[in-house]
Amino acid sequence: MTAAAARGAAARRPVLRAAVGIGVYAAAFGASFGAVATGSGLSVGQAMVLSLVMFSGASQFAFTGVAAAGGSAVAAVAAALLLGLRNAFYGVSLSRLLAPRGSARLWTAHFVIDETTAMAVAQPDRDLQRYAFWSTGLILCTLWQLGTLGGALAGSAVDPSDLGLDAAAPAVFLALLWPALRRREARWVALAGAVVALALVPVAPQGVPVLAAAGVAVLAGLRPGAVASPEAAS
Amino acid sequence: MTGLWVAVVVAAVGSYLTKLAGLSLPGSVLTHPRVQRVAAFLPVSMLAALVAVQLFDGGQRHSVDWRTLAGMAAAVVALLLRRGLLVVFLIAVAVTAGLRLLT
Repeated sequence: MTAAAARGAAARRPVLRAAVGIGVYAAAFGASFGAVATGSGLSVGQAMVLSLVMFSGASQFAFTGVAAAGGSAVAAVAAALLLGLRNAFYGVSLSRLLAPRGSARLWTAHFVIDETTAMAVAQPDRDLQRYAFWSTGLILCTLWQLGTLGGALAGSAVDPSDLGLDAAAPAVFLALLWPALRRREARWVALAGAVVALALVPVAPQGVPVLAAAGVAVLAGLRPGAVASPEAAS
Repeated sequence: MTGLWVAVVVAAVGSYLTKLAGLSLPGSVLTHPRVQRVAAFLPVSMLAALVAVQLFDGGQRHSVDWRTLAGMAAAVVALLLRRGLLVVFLIAVAVTAGLRLLT
């Protein structure tokens, strides 16, 4: 092994360790998704299709939350897609780092999520960026599927409210939201989103209140004058 | 049930296409400051709305289970103590389940 290759391998080790850590975490998070999904009326197969193809935790929880509460299919789809819109913005940074060409773009796209983006952009050079993206993506994806399957099978075997799983989805949403609340502007947007949604609950069909909250984000974002540097919530 | 399947597939494929669009669209469309601000705010307002709706409208309109609220309060304490998502999740679930077992 040449000196340069040895250095490269040494630099990869901590990246791989971090990727495995994220993967273990994803297995547990995936298990909670699986349990919540089947607990709230999705089949094991539907939970698995969401994990395999949608492959974006917050969107999966949002879809399940809206669909389980009796929201229309359209509202559930819209909530999941709007929440997943941030992945498109990760793609902008990642296409610069990874420069996927041709068909490589098709499979690279599947792995564009919070964790892979965070790991890739944190690396100092091109080689490590690619390594971080792919090691995190492949390990996380594998364990996410296994976790979902385990959780989904467990969730369909027990009564979800006995396990306190009705608190699971709001707790996950709050934890995902929390880091963004450091910014004052974001706190106002969060408050407005929650108030608008609650106000609409008695009058609008299920699912619509959450979509109306998306309107709050659009208004806040387009508001003339304020142009701050955006930072996506998880 | 078929309706739910269609929704699952449409949402899942749509999610993939969103990711693909990010890699494929010219950067100038998505790097516009206004577009970026809207994108940064979307998860904030929607996650807050999801928390609110799920807590105060857990399937049945405006019926609040105090045990779920207690679980969420415990989650907030965990977040204030800078615990990660998984710990927060476990605490919320454990407190809610524990109270339900006792009461």
